[in-house]
Amino acid sequence: MTELVKSSGNPLMDSIRSFARSFGLPRLIIAGFLLLLFIMAPFVGANFFTQLSNTLNRFSWNAILVLSMVPMIHSGCGLNFGLPLGIIAGLLGGTIAIELGITGAASFWMAILLATPFAVVFGIVYGFLLNKIKGGEMMIATYVGFSIVSFMCIMWLLLPYSSPNMIWGYAGKGLRTTISLEGYYIGALANFLQINIGHLSVPTGSLIFFAVMAFFMWAFLHTKTGTAMTAVGSNAEFARSAGINIDRTRMLSVVMSTWLGAVGILVYEQGFGFIQLYMAPFNMALPAVSAILIGGATVNKASITNVIIGTFLFQGIVTMTPTVMNSMIHMDMSEVIRVIASNGMIIYALTRKSEVTR
Amino acid sequence: MKNRKTGYVPTKEPVTFASKALEFAKNNTVPLMFILICAVCIPLSGFSINYLLSEIVTRISRNSFLILSLLIPIMAGMGLNFGMTLGAMAGEIGLILVSDWQIWGIPGMILAMIISVPISVGLGIMCGKIMNMAKGREMITGYIMNYFVNGIYQLIVLYAMGAIIPIIHSSIILPRGYGIRNTVSLLSMRQSLDNLIAIRISGIKIPVMTFVVIALLCLFIVWFRKTKLGQDMRAVGQDMEVARAAGINVEKTRIISIVISTVLAGFGMIIYLQNMGNLSTYTAHSQIGMFCIAALLVGGASVDRATIGNVFLGVTLFHLMFIVAPSAGTTLMGDSMIGEYFRVFVSYAVITFALVMYETKKRRASSLAGRALAEAQKASGEAEK
Repeated sequence: MTELVKSSGNPLMDSIRSFARSFGLPRLIIAGFLLLLFIMAPFVGANFFTQLSNTLNRFSWNAILVLSMVPMIHSGCGLNFGLPLGIIAGLLGGTIAIELGITGAASFWMAILLATPFAVVFGIVYGFLLNKIKGGEMMIATYVGFSIVSFMCIMWLLLPYSSPNMIWGYAGKGLRTTISLEGYYIGALANFLQINIGHLSVPTGSLIFFAVMAFFMWAFLHTKTGTAMTAVGSNAEFARSAGINIDRTRMLSVVMSTWLGAVGILVYEQGFGFIQLYMAPFNMALPAVSAILIGGATVNKASITNVIIGTFLFQGIVTMTPTVMNSMIHMDMSEVIRVIASNGMIIYALTRKSEVTR
Repeated sequence: MKNRKTGYVPTKEPVTFASKALEFAKNNTVPLMFILICAVCIPLSGFSINYLLSEIVTRISRNSFLILSLLIPIMAGMGLNFGMTLGAMAGEIGLILVSDWQIWGIPGMILAMIISVPISVGLGIMCGKIMNMAKGREMITGYIMNYFVNGIYQLIVLYAMGAIIPIIHSSIILPRGYGIRNTVSLLSMRQSLDNLIAIRISGIKIPVMTFVVIALLCLFIVWFRKTKLGQDMRAVGQDMEVARAAGINVEKTRIISIVISTVLAGFGMIIYLQNMGNLSTYTAHSQIGMFCIAALLVGGASVDRATIGNVFLGVTLFHLMFIVAPSAGTTLMGDSMIGEYFRVFVSYAVITFALVMYETKKRRASSLAGRALAEAQKASGEAEK
């Protein structure tokens, strides 16, 4: 195939080159790699539709977590390495909903409702902090996330939860590390209008929920406030002279990101089937960050398309590499490849020239 | 609000003891906080003073070298070198190879150090170059570099070793024929540096030779600060543009500072692991950067200023907290896990706090500078009238 491209003259070559430049070489490599995996899947005995459903499922779990990156990138707060903060709000919502004894799909909506005040309060405090340290957001966000996760580890042990489905059986107190959602909001979205044809199963409900969220985000970014947010992110000086209150706009974006993080983890849990507490939220920011970057976002630019492409590519690689790799070379190198590719992507994005708002 | 801002007059307060004490407390919040935590936790933990002292001596000898490796990038204005883990991985590769070749004791350590140097230098150059591309975001870049290089490390250690790089010893290699086991025993190397010259004072073992090595590194750092290169680094750390105008090769200087730090971190890791006596192949390095940085910050260092004194104060206070927290937690809450989580939380909180302090100080300094410039312009304008 490369031979064909080379022999077909300069204009095509140039257009490919400019496409590669605008799309980014690492992104092209990752997309090509995934394509290769999909092509090879049938040859190594993996069913194409099973693989596709796996990818779609994982896409539906993670898409909103990735979407939660968008507001903060738009307002110039950089990549939201502080995602665990939103996740904690979501976990609080989820566990309290179960504690209140709400069952079935209703517990999912209740969890979102209960998580909202936490997300808003966390977001306001976090946004206030980030406004104090403009320019150093990403590093501090990382450590704010780590601090809250380790702080909540203590809290999960101490908070007066009493639902027997959640606490340690023998100690009679303290939440378990993994809580099954059987009977609660497992598949609350995914089972809604689920399509099953042969090996293909599509979690329609989750996808619709994501589509609605993404549409609202898109619509918001086109409102006056949303445009102001983009203006703050792309040129703070210009935004200030246009009379936009920078601190308040940034604060709003942080609250939005945190709330989306909270909803995102609940959507993740309803697909995954378990609530994971303690150190589990610790490393959840990095996959979401690298997913949106793989989708074509930069440190201060992101769109809904980036979210969709990025999540699909990232989750595609996560689900496909183990199956294909294992059956090809009988070696599970998928984890290592994922680590190198996703973190390489973040480093690539960090080294791109972009304005740092100070 | 506006009036107060424009009418800003730097008032000179009379220097009293109280104001001095307040100033001191403000500048040393983190160490003071830690002294307080330790003061509360030590009686609760119920450990004897002798036990605590011997633990602290061990931990100072184990960790100081690693923490000292952080100083030079701070001098060059590159912040806390989260990429020191790269050096630690290089050191581990050295140790794995040496233990496969069955070279033990001090010769083994020295050989491991020699092997780690080219790897560290290579990784350091790569890290430095990437950080030069991400100026102003060195720390987060270094932090992600950890994960990235950790992936490459796993690729080499888990797949290439035994398959491409010959590893023969069955105690090291996985039964499947390639890849290194989860733990590599360094039993025959265990504390060989510590025990070279060790004296006991009332039951507390003092590894003199390790302290000599640490002292040599301190002397090196003191000497290095005075060399031309050290001066250049400080100039780069102060202001990159001014340094460039003065004819300093800023990019190269920054790369060198990271390379030195990475190489030292590699040596530090080897000293750390000879004390521990076994190597957790895939996890030993994962937290080391975080603990070293937290310890340095606990000692009163900040992102742009750190001294050798900070290192030793920090390692003492931080590890004291680390030793006493779990049992203090058990006494206080009846659950040792609370103490465990508490010490992890404190480590992260300290780093967060120090980073926030640094960023706010930087912003305040730049706004003060702007204000001073405006005042000066106004004054010169009035003088012209």
